[in-house]
Amino acid sequence: MTKNYSGLDVSSAKIEKLWSGREDFQRIPELAINPLGDRIINAFFPEGEDQVNFRGFMRTLAHFRPIEDNEKSKDVNGPEPLNSRSNKLHFAFRLYDLDKDDKISRDELLQVLRMMVGVNISDEQLGSIADRTIQEADQDGDSAISFTEFVKVLEKVDVEQKMSIRFLH
Amino acid sequence: MLRAALSLLALPLAGAAEQPTQKPESLGEPLPGLELFRWQWHEVEAPYLVALWILVASLAKIVFHLSRKVTSLVPESCLLILLGLVLGGIVLAVAKKAEYQLEPGTFFLFLLPPIVLDSGYFMPSRLFFDNLGAILTYAVVGTLWNAFTTGAALWGLQQAGLVAPRVQAGLLDFLLFGSLISAVDPVAVLAVFEEVHVNETLFIIVFGESLLNDAVTVVLYKVCNSFVEMGSANVQATDYLKGVASLFVVSLGGAAVGLVFAFLLALTTRFTKRVRIIEPLLVFLLAYAAYLTAEMASLSAILAVTMCGLGCKKYVEANISHKSRTTVKYTMKTLASCAETVIFMLLGISAVDSSKWAWDSGLVLGTLIFILFFRALGVVLQTWVLNQFRLVPLDKIDQVVMSYGGLRGAVAFALVILLDRTKVPAKDYFVATTIVVVFFTVIVQGLTIKPLVKWLKVKRSEHHKPTLNQELHEHTFDHILAAVEDVVGHHGYHYWRDRWEQFDKKYLSQLLMRRSAYRIRDQIWDVYYRLNIRDAISFVDQGGHVLSSTGLTLPSMPSRNSMAETSVTNLLRESGSGACLDLQVIDTVRSGRDREDAVMHHLLCGGLYKPRRRYKASCSRHFISEDAQERQDKEVFQQNMKRRLESFKSTKHNICFTKSKPRPRKTGRRKDGVANAEATNGKPRDLGFQDTAAVILTVESEEEEEDSDSSETEKEDDEGIIFVARATSEVLQEGKVSGSLEVCPSPRIIPPSPTCAEKELPWKSGQGDLAVYVSSETTKIVPVDMQTGWNQSMSSLESLASPPCNQAPTLTCLPPHPRGAEEPQAPLYPPSDPHPSFAFPPSLAKAGRSHSESSADLPQQQELQPLMGHKDHTHLSPGTNSHWCIQFNRGSRL
Repeated sequence: MTKNYSGLDVSSAKIEKLWSGREDFQRIPELAINPLGDRIINAFFPEGEDQVNFRGFMRTLAHFRPIEDNEKSKDVNGPEPLNSRSNKLHFAFRLYDLDKDDKISRDELLQVLRMMVGVNISDEQLGSIADRTIQEADQDGDSAISFTEFVKVLEKVDVEQKMSIRFLH
Repeated sequence: MLRAALSLLALPLAGAAEQPTQKPESLGEPLPGLELFRWQWHEVEAPYLVALWILVASLAKIVFHLSRKVTSLVPESCLLILLGLVLGGIVLAVAKKAEYQLEPGTFFLFLLPPIVLDSGYFMPSRLFFDNLGAILTYAVVGTLWNAFTTGAALWGLQQAGLVAPRVQAGLLDFLLFGSLISAVDPVAVLAVFEEVHVNETLFIIVFGESLLNDAVTVVLYKVCNSFVEMGSANVQATDYLKGVASLFVVSLGGAAVGLVFAFLLALTTRFTKRVRIIEPLLVFLLAYAAYLTAEMASLSAILAVTMCGLGCKKYVEANISHKSRTTVKYTMKTLASCAETVIFMLLGISAVDSSKWAWDSGLVLGTLIFILFFRALGVVLQTWVLNQFRLVPLDKIDQVVMSYGGLRGAVAFALVILLDRTKVPAKDYFVATTIVVVFFTVIVQGLTIKPLVKWLKVKRSEHHKPTLNQELHEHTFDHILAAVEDVVGHHGYHYWRDRWEQFDKKYLSQLLMRRSAYRIRDQIWDVYYRLNIRDAISFVDQGGHVLSSTGLTLPSMPSRNSMAETSVTNLLRESGSGACLDLQVIDTVRSGRDREDAVMHHLLCGGLYKPRRRYKASCSRHFISEDAQERQDKEVFQQNMKRRLESFKSTKHNICFTKSKPRPRKTGRRKDGVANAEATNGKPRDLGFQDTAAVILTVESEEEEEDSDSSETEKEDDEGIIFVARATSEVLQEGKVSGSLEVCPSPRIIPPSPTCAEKELPWKSGQGDLAVYVSSETTKIVPVDMQTGWNQSMSSLESLASPPCNQAPTLTCLPPHPRGAEEPQAPLYPPSDPHPSFAFPPSLAKAGRSHSESSADLPQQQELQPLMGHKDHTHLSPGTNSHWCIQFNRGSRL
């Protein structure tokens, strides 16, 4: 199971501890101070549900499995593995995209910025940052960042490395 | 600052240079037979030679870079070594003995620290810590491996009889040699890899290794050295244990010293708000203190400086001013590059000295082969282990580059020179071998590594501009990874990084950062800044012209109201021209109103015609730049002058003009003061003194005026301005003609002035009010003022010295001229007579028409003298009265 779905080698005891509900996640102290904590918790849960089973949990974690060399050359026709570059990016993209319209609007961006940037930056400045960010990425002129645009702006970033965790035990 | 550092650098070199009692002729210095000159030369000899060497090295650098072709093929370090060889040969040929060696003391105390500090301070910390595991492995395990295998293999070679028996060395000697020859050298690595541009990961691993292996090298070298000195028979088992323990002491101790000094440095810069000028100095001093402290405690000094630079950067950069940041950057780079150049050149020169080395082919060849082979083997073995744990495994090509990039350099050379010949009989052979190894790695490997990298298609580093999106999303990634590790309960790298960031934010940054800096400290915001500044610069470069012609309509900020409507260019333009031209403005600007002001300011700054600027504070050592506020005031003043000139040109006799503008009125009032001081002082004018015209006086007078001005006097002032308008238009017409026709128009102005006065005088004489005197003077002085300002900007008068000469007629003649023409008493006024002007009681200051200085008025004036005298003494000494005119010239010129 573990191997099939994620390749993550997480001991089952750990999973047992936190596999049930949303509150269990929220009880993790480090997650409480993580600015994106809530969003990330939400990403673990299927829509509208407050429970996640082991399978779903592992599916989420599988996004962060490093891409190994032998996988790069594997069959192109098969289903895309969860830890592919595009899936990793999509995971991040979903954190922004609250209304799930496949676009990061200015408001959505502002919300994330507000969470990540300290309180000392004024709303106005934050607004200008958001505008600038959207301008940078926006190609079709709809004042929002679509997933394609999202991928495009990050094409030079080593996402495979920066969105992967190597779990050692 | 630079000079101070240079002289620091110079001192030891001087000491070093003095040792081999040198003849000055050797340098080809011009030495005439004059005794006096000879004596002086010895006074300055040492620093002079040091400066000369640095100059030669710098000139050589310039020459190398004249040809792009050469520098693209050959690394600079190779060229410098070759140059050193040539220079050393020349010196040897001329002086018949080798001089100017690379002295280990000089090298370790003065040449090495700047390079290490530079690399530590500008080390990309995130990249460094991301790869810390690999770096530490290569630095510690790799260096130990290299030292022991090379030493042992050389000993084996000797046992096999391949090394000549005259090389008297035992196993310990070879291990000692192995320990000094095994360390990858930061100077050489940096010099070569900077030009190769491999990808960042590869670079940081090789470079980080070269920095961190210092601790291992130092320990190994010291341990082996003391073992050799003790003799192998006396070495106890506890000594080995001590050796191992000292590895930890030296490395951790060095790092701790560095961190302590980084903390001190950060803390110190927090309180330098009022003494910005010493900020860069603090950075260098404390980092150097860290180096010396570590050296003193025989800890790893390189590690100390690296950690100091790495640790303090974030806080220091946040604390010190923008200018200090630039200064630190450039000084550091200059010092490092200077030191590097000198090191390589001296390496070349040192190699010439054949008295120091003895050749043994077996040893040299054996060492070369062994260091290459064991380096490669070590890298492959370690990488294999590391790749079990690494997220992104290092592939074969990376390993090849890493093996090949293991350059040896000046550290090895300095260490081998430090050996004691009595204890290590084979020192000369070791020196020769080291020189060959260093030359081989720097020249041969340095030359070939570039083609190799190209041929192997090693991933190069890509230079792309940072984008806001990247920064933002990478932050998101970090948060996601940290959160996921939290969820899984896995305490991995991201967990600890996140914890550290929390700790830093909560305690360290609060403690070490200035409160203002801490508040606005945010990486995303930083990137936004930088992008905006870049845009601003490019915008000004290409669009400044458009800006000035379209005028003042731009800074209205539509984007603030409706962001969505703003086009990209408009927003960029807005942010470029406005908020972000200089950091200090942005730092403080908060509200939209302020920002608009800033936009306005920058727009005017960039768009308006700028007259020559002359800094008054040339004598202050402690403050470079004038206060921003003051500058702004000046600029506002200057712009007002301009606007007025413009409007005078276009709308003559526009009486209501000044009333709409509060600022011009003020300047007009200021001129009253000038006019009066001028008028009364009249003739005795000390022009030389005017050079020191004090700005403070202006401010004072302005305040004073504001204090003493009642509403009535304001009214009077307004009317005074009306005269100004008329008079100016007349004078200006003349002045314009002369200004446009001649380079030096001042003499031309004198002819029109009588006509001016004549026109005014009959009209003036009708009124008998004293206060009007003020305004009449104003009518004369203001046009002159503006005129001179105008003319000056047009006729490009360069120095202040010349304007007074040229202006003297203008200024002196014009105002008194009408008076003089009408009435000869004017010069009879006592020179120190402070003139009543703005301080007139309001009742007297009733606005009226002009007034002539008839004798009847004189008593009245004298009555007022005490009052005025008091006034004046508060802020005007008699001498300073004459400043006023120049002050205003300057004001318009500034």
